[in-house]
Amino acid sequence: MMIPACRLADLPRGEALRLDIDPPVSVFHTDDGELFAIDDTCTHQDASLADGWLEGCEVECPLHASKFDLRTGAVDAPPAKLPVRTHDVLIEDGMIYVRVSTDAPNLPPCVAARLAGGPA
Amino acid sequence: MRTVAVVGASLAGLSAARSLRKQGYDGRLVVIGDEPHRPYDRPPLSKEFLAGGIGEADLALETDGEDLRAEWLLGARATGLDRTRRAVRLADGGEIRADGLVIATGAAARQLPGSDGLAGVHVLRTLDDARALRDDLARGGRLVVIGGGFVGAEVASTACALGLEVTVVEAAPTPLAGPLGQAMGGIVSALHLDHGVRLLCGVGVKGLGGERKVDAVLLEDGRSIPADIVVVGVGARPCVDWLEGSGVILENGVKCGADGRTSLAGVVAVGDCASWYDPRAGHHRRVEHWTGAQERPAAAVATLLAGGAVEPGVPRPPYFWSDQYGVKIQFAGHAADADSVTVEEGAPDDRNVLAVYRRAGRPVAVLGMNQPRLFTRWRKQLAAAS
Ligand SMILES: Cc1cc2nc3c(=O)[nH]c(=O)nc-3n(C[C@H](O)[C@H](O)[C@H](O)COP(=O)(O)OP(=O)(O)OC[C@H]3O[C@@H](n4cnc5c(N)ncnc54)[C@H](O)[C@@H]3O)c2cc1C
Ligand code: FES
Repeated sequence: MMIPACRLADLPRGEALRLDIDPPVSVFHTDDGELFAIDDTCTHQDASLADGWLEGCEVECPLHASKFDLRTGAVDAPPAKLPVRTHDVLIEDGMIYVRVSTDAPNLPPCVAARLAGGPA
Repeated sequence: MRTVAVVGASLAGLSAARSLRKQGYDGRLVVIGDEPHRPYDRPPLSKEFLAGGIGEADLALETDGEDLRAEWLLGARATGLDRTRRAVRLADGGEIRADGLVIATGAAARQLPGSDGLAGVHVLRTLDDARALRDDLARGGRLVVIGGGFVGAEVASTACALGLEVTVVEAAPTPLAGPLGQAMGGIVSALHLDHGVRLLCGVGVKGLGGERKVDAVLLEDGRSIPADIVVVGVGARPCVDWLEGSGVILENGVKCGADGRTSLAGVVAVGDCASWYDPRAGHHRRVEHWTGAQERPAAAVATLLAGGAVEPGVPRPPYFWSDQYGVKIQFAGHAADADSVTVEEGAPDDRNVLAVYRRAGRPVAVLGMNQPRLFTRWRKQLAAAS
């Protein structure tokens, strides 16, 4: 699935854009000008990584400070234990597109239950 | 260095053990912890775990298949440190000799004098505490929480959601005034009232009523508050008694430098038991927050491995979070340093605020209630400013 995100010009360096698909995906524009897309929901609890602290190729979860590597999705330290999915980013005619991974996402239990239609 | 012993097998101890391996230490690594459990996460003990939303397996701090090549001595309490023989004495009479030592013994919940042996009275620090409290809460009834600090407030919030009748008793006029200041302490603690939890401030506790089982909390003004369950949430004290006489200087915990070094060579301290020198403030501070216990061991371990020959970086301002009544509370910096606090975003009445604390116009702390995005921005700015 290829999803148009926004115009490259509309996503300044150091900023992130959340795409409200299910589950949400975020595109990060690093200070060095690289673009990455990962699942937006932290694997620990229901936090949006687009709200997090972007530094280099890492984003720190806004709640409990686990850091995710934007290139690999790997997590550095607890409380989160599982990586996030990474997605391919393409730029065509100044537009950013995300090709959403077909792997199963690592959603935190509370969010997984909600998406499955169970109790939040 | 051939042997490093880490005393304390919780967040700071595990983080130190991980940092040792990550920084290339290849020798013998012994982790000593007095609880029988593998390292587990404490914040959920007053929240999801207490509410029954997650189980014990979810508390594990180690990842599946993680192997630090460490010897884990669990259920083993350190009782002393012999500096000349460089040995940690254990309660069972054994000892561990080590060239390097990481002190990570954390803090223990303060008890209420005279509450010993009275059923229905709890503190909350360990997994065993949380199990016992969870079982009691499941029976329902009237809960009185003594102490309106973060752990007390979280227990009140969780118990309220479980349907118990809850009262919080706080000796100070405003709960959380210490960490958050009067104004914001008042706004955050008003969450209790919003949810029908009774909050009694400015009154001390004289004692507990009941024979074998608690039945009331007796206040200093003569009132008696009926109770089926009592949680004592009056803070924690650093677990450093075992270091008395060892030559490690103790002053509100283990006194250590900005790089974690203590007064003894080859000994560093991390986590809730450690009072680190804060170069910004120019004095020592002991901070009891998760993020510091997780992050600082990397610096302390670097100090240990380099024999003190590394320059410590300036740590980020302390940060903690709390979840109460469904509101995400976040705080970074030091409220006590501020001469003003202003709400920059949101409305106090909606319990949705981003407040910035300033000293002479410069931001020194920030509080967020349900404002993770803005909070992160300010937290970043705070770190850059200092
Ligand atoms: C209920 C609860 C909720 C919390 N919620 C939050 C939160 O929402 N946000 C936040 O930022 N922080 C929170 N905290 C604080 C956070 O959990 C602590 O800052 C953190 O656990 C500190 O880690 P530590 O390893 O330094 O100490 P500890 O976790 O206290 O671990 C120290 C370990 O050392 C062991 N030990 C002690 N003495 C000895 C000895 N002599 N020999 C051997 N072992 C010994 C102890 O048994 C313990 O296992 C919470 C704490 C509690 C109790
Ligand atoms: S929600 Fe991301 S680390 Fe906890």
